[in-house]
Amino acid sequence: MIHLRGITQTYQGSQGPVEALRGIDLQITPGEVFGIIGRSGAGKSSLVRVINLLNRPTRGEVIVNGRDLTKLNDSQLREARRDIGMVFQHFNLLSSRTVYDNVALPLELAGMDKAAIRERVSPLLELVGLAALADRYPAQISGGQKQRVGIARALASRPKVLLSDEATSALDPETTRSILDLLRQVNRELGLTVVLITHQMQVIKQVADRVAVIDAGQIVEQGRVLDVFTRPQQPITKSLIDEILPQELPASVLQHVHQLASQLRTTAPGHVGQLLRLSYSGDNAYQPVLSRMVREYGVDMSILHGQVDEIQDQTFGSLALYATGEPARLNGAVEHLRASGVEVQVVESGR
Amino acid sequence: MFANFTEAMLELFVTSLWETIVMVGISGVVGALLGIPLGVFLRLTDHGGVLENGPVNKLVGWVVNAVRSTPFIILLVAIIPLTRFVTGSSIGTAAAVVPLTIAAAPFVARLVESALREVDHGLVEAAQAMGATTSQIVWKVLLPEALPGIVAGLTITFVSLTGYSAMAGAIGGGGLGDLGIRYGYQRFLPEIMLAVVLVLIFFVQAVQSLGDWAVRKLSHR
Repeated sequence: MIHLRGITQTYQGSQGPVEALRGIDLQITPGEVFGIIGRSGAGKSSLVRVINLLNRPTRGEVIVNGRDLTKLNDSQLREARRDIGMVFQHFNLLSSRTVYDNVALPLELAGMDKAAIRERVSPLLELVGLAALADRYPAQISGGQKQRVGIARALASRPKVLLSDEATSALDPETTRSILDLLRQVNRELGLTVVLITHQMQVIKQVADRVAVIDAGQIVEQGRVLDVFTRPQQPITKSLIDEILPQELPASVLQHVHQLASQLRTTAPGHVGQLLRLSYSGDNAYQPVLSRMVREYGVDMSILHGQVDEIQDQTFGSLALYATGEPARLNGAVEHLRASGVEVQVVESGR
Repeated sequence: MFANFTEAMLELFVTSLWETIVMVGISGVVGALLGIPLGVFLRLTDHGGVLENGPVNKLVGWVVNAVRSTPFIILLVAIIPLTRFVTGSSIGTAAAVVPLTIAAAPFVARLVESALREVDHGLVEAAQAMGATTSQIVWKVLLPEALPGIVAGLTITFVSLTGYSAMAGAIGGGGLGDLGIRYGYQRFLPEIMLAVVLVLIFFVQAVQSLGDWAVRKLSHR
């Protein structure tokens, strides 16, 4: 569907050439919601604009629907852009046009007649829940409603791809959720391929199937959202995930571990304690792994910290345990957990 | 003091007001017809514009500035050959319309250019993403979005032209300003001068109010 090959973008800055994008390769498959996340200045806005050539890369191929956009002439490119809808952070609605006329704009530009436009626009306004506000001007509606108009407008020409440039960054959390639900809905109902860029992991977690992490103009990590969330590889990915799922244990928990370890010396000599961090996802989230471990290996445990969350109907969670028992049995318990598909990280041996 | 306001004098007032309206109206409308495309051209070729072209923009901008920096009273006489070519005469109300138009066009162009600059670039980008052509961007996005600003600019133009038209007396253009100078100043009739100024004040107020009303009607921001 979308295939970016060797995308490089260089522009002249005040202190010599600046490389905004440095050799980006991406393949986005039809019908998926593909998220691109990065900090501000990472190049994500430049990257999403490459897909409809609002931003022409210095080098590289932009293949959308089987055509390399960089090789098209002006009128072919305008034609190709009608197959790529785009929604913007600041909505970019025309203040001089009503909600209805804003949604009608791309169709007017394509030279459609009034009756055909009406047939197209009315159902779209129904879809985004704004049929009652058709005659309002953008200044008279809320931010969330404006973005719904933006989405309806982007869908008007029946594109195959929808690009979302920080579509929810100017909205409050509740409105963000409803706009993301709408994007997910159009993705499923219309079979649209959605490429969204954001700096918020929350957005990725809620709607994306796959995610690519961009840093300093390069894709540093990509994969299925669940995989990236449960096994982030790069520091930048970890820190982005950290904002919604803290990766580090709070200091109070670590202090508590020290306390438990020193108590252990007096209460149960010969036993060892280990701080274990477990992460699990998918089906094994529902297995009684922990209770089996306690029963079969005779270890004790206290749950210090943990969270369970869900990404697109897939449960995943992480737990911090302080497990105590005889050294051999403790090792056996860890092996048992690993064999059950739980990822175990032994953080600290408390002796 | 009202002894000077004879019937003939009142008639002269009416004629002069009409001459002012003709000079300001025609030069304003024709100036706008020339100035609006010129302003659009300046915006499009400017840095960050859809048809960005530095050298052309600079050249046209320089010509616009040159006309705008020429004092109107000098422009009035300097272009007499052009005036004669266009109207067949170098004196009279019709002749005054030519230099007024030449003065109005670059003025309108700069005001239109700045009104267009107020249109968020995101809107142009959105239109481009929809596959809009350059002329569609101008007609469907830039001009409608900038319309309140353009109307406000035209209001300023009409008010300024009213001031300029007072100098049209130099080439026999007539009008209220000329009446004030000839009767009020040169014939020592200060009350005529005062009356002229009062009429002009009301005239300008009316133009400004009409413009403000139109801007309010057009703006949906």
